[in-house]
Amino acid sequence: MVSYLINGISLGAVYAIIALGYTMVYGIAKMLNFAHGDVIMVGGYMAYCSTSYMGFGPLTSVLFSMLVCTILGIVVEKLAYKPLRGASSLAVLITAIGVSYFLQNAALLIWSSNPKAFPNLFDLPQVQVGDSVVTSVALVTIASCIVIMLALTFFTEKTKMGKAMRAVSEDRGAAALMGINVNSTISVTFAIGSGLAAVAGVLLCSAYPTLMPTTGAMPGIKAFTAAVFGGIGSIPGAMLGGILLGVIEIFAKAYVSTQLSDAIVFAVLIVVLIVKPTGLLGRKLTEKV
Amino acid sequence: MTEIKAKKKQEVKLVSVPSPYIVPERNAGEPLVLEATHLGIDFGGLTAVDDFNLGMSKNEITGLIGPNGAGKTTVFNLLTKVYQQTRGTIFLGGKDTIGMSTTQMNRAGIARTFQNIRLFDSLSVEDNVKIGLHNSIDYGMWQGVFRTPAYRKQEKQAHEKAMELLSIFDMQDEANVPAGSLPYGAQRRLEIVRALATEPKVLLLDEPAAGMNPSETSELMDTISKIRDDFGIAILLIEHDMNLVMGICEGIVVLNFGRIIAKGTPSEIQNNPVVVEAYLGKNKENKEEKNPGKKGGKNR
Repeated sequence: MVSYLINGISLGAVYAIIALGYTMVYGIAKMLNFAHGDVIMVGGYMAYCSTSYMGFGPLTSVLFSMLVCTILGIVVEKLAYKPLRGASSLAVLITAIGVSYFLQNAALLIWSSNPKAFPNLFDLPQVQVGDSVVTSVALVTIASCIVIMLALTFFTEKTKMGKAMRAVSEDRGAAALMGINVNSTISVTFAIGSGLAAVAGVLLCSAYPTLMPTTGAMPGIKAFTAAVFGGIGSIPGAMLGGILLGVIEIFAKAYVSTQLSDAIVFAVLIVVLIVKPTGLLGRKLTEKV
Repeated sequence: MTEIKAKKKQEVKLVSVPSPYIVPERNAGEPLVLEATHLGIDFGGLTAVDDFNLGMSKNEITGLIGPNGAGKTTVFNLLTKVYQQTRGTIFLGGKDTIGMSTTQMNRAGIARTFQNIRLFDSLSVEDNVKIGLHNSIDYGMWQGVFRTPAYRKQEKQAHEKAMELLSIFDMQDEANVPAGSLPYGAQRRLEIVRALATEPKVLLLDEPAAGMNPSETSELMDTISKIRDDFGIAILLIEHDMNLVMGICEGIVVLNFGRIIAKGTPSEIQNNPVVVEAYLGKNKENKEEKNPGKKGGKNR
C-alpha cells in the first residue's frame, strides 16, 4: 500500500515535471506544444548517448541532456512557432503536431526503432519505508520534483523574468506596452519547459528503462492530461494534477486492472472537466469586453 | 463604416496650424519630445486617422478630445506602435521611430494607460509597478535563481522605487494586495503609476477620469499637474470630462472623423465654431450652448 503510494507519487512527479512544460508554454504563448512529449524522448536519448558513448557521469549526462533539450526548445520555437505568432491557434496546433512527428522520425532515423536499454544512472540501493521496499529512483524523482517546484515558484514570484512571464501570460499587449520583450519571454519559457522535459526524460527512463522513438508520446499525453486536470496555465495546478494522475494510475493498475488503468485515468479527467471545466486550480476565464 | 459616409457628407474645414506647437507662444523654441507628422492609418478601405500632426515639448499637458469614434484611442495606438501607421512619421526625442516595436517604443520613452483598465490582476500592486520598472533592473536570470548579492541589491532598489512611485497616490499600504481586487478608481491610479515606472518622456493617459466622481476627478487633476511638474514629462490625455481638460491642459487638439479639426488653447477651443459644430451638430437657434464642455461629456 505505502509502496504503491510512493510509486504513484513518483510517477506523478514525472508527469508533473512534464506538465509544467505544457502549462507554462500554454500560459505564456497561449499554445499547446504537442511536441513537448518528444522533447522528453530526445532528453532520454541524450542521456543514453552521453553515458554509453561519451562516458559521462550521471550528473553531467543529465546536465548535457538538459542543455541539448533547452537549445532544441528554443530552436523549435524560433523556427516553427514564432513565424506563426498571431496566426490562428489551429495552425499553431497542427504545426506542433508536425514538429512532434518530425522529432519522432528523426529519432527513428538516428537511433532506429530497436528499443535501447537505458543505463542505470542512479546506482543506489533500494530503500525500506515502513514495511515496504521502494526503489531509490522513485525517491530521487520525488525529491527532484520538489526542488523543481520550489525553484520555479521562487522564479515566477520573485525574479524580474518570472514576473515578466506572469505579466505576458495575463496581458501580452499591455506587457509589451510596459517595455517587456514578449518574444524573449516566450523563448525563455520554451527553454525552461524543454530543460524540465529533459529531466523528466531521464527520470522516466530510469524508472522504465526502455528507450524508443515513441517513448515520449504516451507520457506526453498523460502529462498534458495532468495539466488540464490541474487547470492549464497554473503551475501549482500542473503539480497537483500530475501527482494525482500518477497515484490514480498506479492504484488503478494495482487494484483494478492493468489494461484498464489508462481508461480509468482518462475517465477521471472527463469527470473533473464536467464538474469543473477550468480544472482543479484553473483560473476562471473571463472575456474582456 | 458610417464614418466614411459621414466624412464625405461633412465638409470640415481644417484650421491649419503651420507650427508643430499647439500653443506656439508658450512653447516655441523648446525642443519637441514627441512629434507626429501627417500620421495616418487605414484599416482596409477605412481611414481611421489621417493627417494627424502633433508636437509636444516637455512639461506640457495636451488634451486630445473629440466625439466618440473620432479616432482618439487609435492615435494612442499609433503613437505606441500597437498599430503601425500607414502614412506619416513619429519622432520621439528627435529620432524617427520607423520600424520600432511596441516594446522598443516604450523603452524609447513613451508609456500609456488604457481606456479599459489592463492591469496584471493576479500580480500584487507592487509587482505591477515593478513590471514597469523592468527595464531599469538588469540582473540576469541566473542571478535571480541563485539570489546573488546583485539580485538582492537591485530587488531592494526596485522595491524602494516602487514604494516611492506608489506614494504619489498614497497607495503604499495596498502594495501587497492583488491589483485585481482594488477598487476601480485605485486601479486607474495604479495604471498611471505603472506607466510612470517605465520612466517615460511622454505619458499617454486614455480617459484617466472615466468613472470617477467630481471630487476624485479634481484630485486627479492636481495629481496630473504634480506629475508633470515633478517628472518634467509631456502628458497627452484623452478625456471626455471637459472640466478636467479645460482645467489642466495648456493645449488642446480636437479630433473628428480621424482628422484634426482644431488646435489651440482651452479658451480658443471653447469658442471655436467648428468644434461646437462637431460636438453638437449644426444648431442655429441655441446660442448659449457654445461651450462644448457643457454638452460634450459623454459621462454626464
